[in-house]
Amino acid sequence: MSSSDALRILPEIVFTLTGVFIMLVDASLPPAVSRRPLGWVAAIGTTFALWASFAQLRIAPGTGFYGTVETSPFTVFFHALICGIVLVAILIALDTLPEDSHHQGEYYALVVFGAVGMCLLTGATELLVVFIALEISSISTYILAGYRKQTGRGPEAAIKYFLLGSFATAFLLYGIALVFGATGTTQIYEVAGKIGSTQNPAFVVAALAMMLVGILFKVSAAPFHVWTPDVYEGAPSPVVALLSTAPKAAAFAFLLRMVYEMFPTLRNVWAPALWIIAVLSMTIGNLAALRQQNVKRMLAYSSIAHAGYLLAAFAGLAKDGIAAASFYIAAYAAMNVGIFAVVTLVSGYDDEFPLVDDYRGLIYRSPLLGILLIFFLVSLVGIPFTGGFFGKFYSFSAAVGGGAVWLAIIGLLNSGVASAYYLRLAFSAARRSADNETSSRSALPQVGIAVAAALFFTVASTLALGIVPNEILRDAQEGAHTLQVPSQSIEALPVNANANSAP
Amino acid sequence: MNDSILTLILLTPLAGAIVVALLPDRGKLPAWIALLTSLATFGFTLHLPAHFLHGQPGFQFEINRLWIESPAISYHVGVDGLSLWLVVLVGILAPAGIVASWNAIKERRKVFYSLFLVQQTAMYGVFISLDLMVYYGFWELSLVPMAILIAMYGRKNGPGAAAKFFLYTFIPSAPLLVAILWLYAKTGTFNFADLQMYIATGSLPAGALFWVSLAFLFAFAVKVPVFPLHGWLADTFNEAPVAMAMVVAGKLGLYSLIRFHVGLFPVQARQIAPIIIALAVIGVLYGACLALVQRDFWRLLAYAAMGHLSLIVLGIYGLTATGWTGAIYQVLNNELIDAALFVLLGALELRYATSLISAYGGLAAKIPQTATLFVISGLAMIGLPLLNGFVGEFLILSGTFAGISHGWVVAATIGVTLSAAYMLWLIQRIFYGPESPLATAKPAIDLHGGELSILWPFAILMFVMGVAPNIWLNNIQGAANPPHPAQPVQFIQSSQNPEVIPTTSRTASSRKDQQ
Repeated sequence: MSSSDALRILPEIVFTLTGVFIMLVDASLPPAVSRRPLGWVAAIGTTFALWASFAQLRIAPGTGFYGTVETSPFTVFFHALICGIVLVAILIALDTLPEDSHHQGEYYALVVFGAVGMCLLTGATELLVVFIALEISSISTYILAGYRKQTGRGPEAAIKYFLLGSFATAFLLYGIALVFGATGTTQIYEVAGKIGSTQNPAFVVAALAMMLVGILFKVSAAPFHVWTPDVYEGAPSPVVALLSTAPKAAAFAFLLRMVYEMFPTLRNVWAPALWIIAVLSMTIGNLAALRQQNVKRMLAYSSIAHAGYLLAAFAGLAKDGIAAASFYIAAYAAMNVGIFAVVTLVSGYDDEFPLVDDYRGLIYRSPLLGILLIFFLVSLVGIPFTGGFFGKFYSFSAAVGGGAVWLAIIGLLNSGVASAYYLRLAFSAARRSADNETSSRSALPQVGIAVAAALFFTVASTLALGIVPNEILRDAQEGAHTLQVPSQSIEALPVNANANSAP
Repeated sequence: MNDSILTLILLTPLAGAIVVALLPDRGKLPAWIALLTSLATFGFTLHLPAHFLHGQPGFQFEINRLWIESPAISYHVGVDGLSLWLVVLVGILAPAGIVASWNAIKERRKVFYSLFLVQQTAMYGVFISLDLMVYYGFWELSLVPMAILIAMYGRKNGPGAAAKFFLYTFIPSAPLLVAILWLYAKTGTFNFADLQMYIATGSLPAGALFWVSLAFLFAFAVKVPVFPLHGWLADTFNEAPVAMAMVVAGKLGLYSLIRFHVGLFPVQARQIAPIIIALAVIGVLYGACLALVQRDFWRLLAYAAMGHLSLIVLGIYGLTATGWTGAIYQVLNNELIDAALFVLLGALELRYATSLISAYGGLAAKIPQTATLFVISGLAMIGLPLLNGFVGEFLILSGTFAGISHGWVVAATIGVTLSAAYMLWLIQRIFYGPESPLATAKPAIDLHGGELSILWPFAILMFVMGVAPNIWLNNIQGAANPPHPAQPVQFIQSSQNPEVIPTTSRTASSRKDQQ
């Protein structure tokens, strides 16, 4: 491997070294010693990985390792996003993992190893690397989801996630096999070049369908969403903060690459499919969320709905759609990690207070957490001057630009329905609680320095994405541009006349 | 100064909100900061009429800076005769809201006053934005502090009323956003003036444009509210803290109807005007009838407001010059009178701890100042000549009489007459008659200095606006003329009488009818 190849996976290398270091130190420390400093090591390693991602901007966009991984503004965008999410998730965990919890060292190692897989997934241009990256990230998250072994819900969540997740990855693998069968290659650009001349168009459509199933499971889009509420409920909140954002960001990055770069000629197949899935996701997610009493389950359904809003961007024409989806993921990540940070603090690591009613009077007990909760909910509703608004705005304007006006109308009506349950939580926090209740629930944990930093990052980025979105949007558009024109093989392709027709 | 005055008006309340949020929540400190901020902002708003150039078409004090490159959203603000006085109105109502909350809000003052000031910024933003996305941003933003404050400070079931209010107003804004995005996809601009031009040229498909205009109309009509979209109003008036209730209905929706519905889609507005006129007249009668039978004075005020706001809608969709002038003027009158009544009823509720009308009686002798001011405001609302309500209602009714078939206007006039009935009856039940047990039991505390220092200027203003309306009408007439599409639609006759003197225009058109 040449040094320029190594630069192409620099963030992954940094993450791997950090993870290995944490595991080794964790194993060699006597059991009585606190593992909390390892969390700071993980945070520092993630900061380096973040820096390494930006450093990749300085090398010329292109592929390494015989065309299996790519660095471009597109991958840097997602690398930086994932590194940021992981950093904030580690900061949340630092202050909220109980001091005496088991395997704290491994926790940080797993988070960091998961990040390796997610980062690799966004940069992979070879389907087998895609599969490996997906497995690396999935296996870490399977374990993390079951981290509260002592409760019944933890293992249940992990097993459900694992079984359904392996099933979905198997679909992806079948899809890859079919792609190989139809085109004789698994390199994404070569596949894109050969799809037009394939002898077996049916194979390719089947491959597309199978790969969509695998990826849509990871982003918890309906009808592949059934695992989401159970896993979110069973997993510890700091894990859910990570789980609901970073793997989804990586999976969406690959989905963008898959549909816009590998199967651009099949737009008339995948665009209607994603249209339907987007509508299903937002409708099912929002309607189910309306009835939830458990905050984490509610946010799980809300994340399904948000996957739907995001998929609406895929109705957009290539450049707009990719930029809108990228921006939406960033905005969604900022607010969702933020709200799970608040949920972690209010509900506690062991979910002592999981219900919407338990949040009653939060603003009176802890004005800071109450206001932050309402702020993130306002952003999730999609009120202007928050990241959530511009996310929806770009996503739906991409859809309208691509001709899918009805999708935008359904989506925005859905966000009206969604505001009902977000508001239920917000108003519960704003409602004065009865006096006898306050004493029992008033013991909120102190907001430590790490969690405070995490909250600050998430609030600042949610506001920045809502008030000065120019910079991020420009990055997203630049990324979209690099994803759109990858290599000569695609330029030689005849443009499909139906490519731009959306439902 | 002229270049940045609107930014100053927009940002001063926001800065005040941040200061309130940062300082400790000690005693009345947040209230004082909010009061000083709102007085300073009111001072800034007065700069606008002082330096406004009469009769000059187009927008003044304009600022236009690119905010987001793609899609091209600009920070584009400016005022014309339509929005000029509305901005001043927001300015003058803010201290009234704070005075009304002075003793009523006893806990979490910090949260209350910082959100109150954010709400001010949002309302200024709605009135001065000339970029559709920026406008939409402020329009949505105005919901949030309102909803949170209703939920936190509601009298009995705050969260329920807040959710109702939020959903009623948020869901219609979804089609509105799609409509705005569609316009952008077709024209590539969010700029109000450019869009107006594009739509006027008729290059956009008429069928789609009809639906787009309907989305605009729907979102605004809920906010006014126009019958039958008024479901949120009574609960909100009943639950909301006084400072919020006095700004929640009316001006935002009415202004938006004038500027962004009739202003952007003159042809479509003319098509749909007959339906809106019918709904408005129903609203006038329905509101008045329901106000007559309410037992709770907040609900009574809610339905009274609905009736009066519907009358303004009638003035707008009559699409006559006189009607428009009257409608815009009546928005100012109506908000001023409503604010005064809200402060007064809020004071009563604070002192007697109930909003049931039947609990009151014979208060006039015990708290004479309250009674006097209430009677003045009540008479202004009824439309007694010499007070401001008369001028607006007269202009609306006479102007509309000239424009549309007379039956509707006659029906609306009956509604206006009914408003005298419920308002006078309310005054009689609260302030006159035998003294109620409650009035005897509770100590009689008249209005305090703060309330008086707001209400007397308001009362004087009602009188000035009633006898010298030209101070305001001059600016309004210059800017606000209903659109004149080439082909008039049936039902509305094309009596585009440029004259603004009500009597002349009325006779002129009735003569035309007879022909």
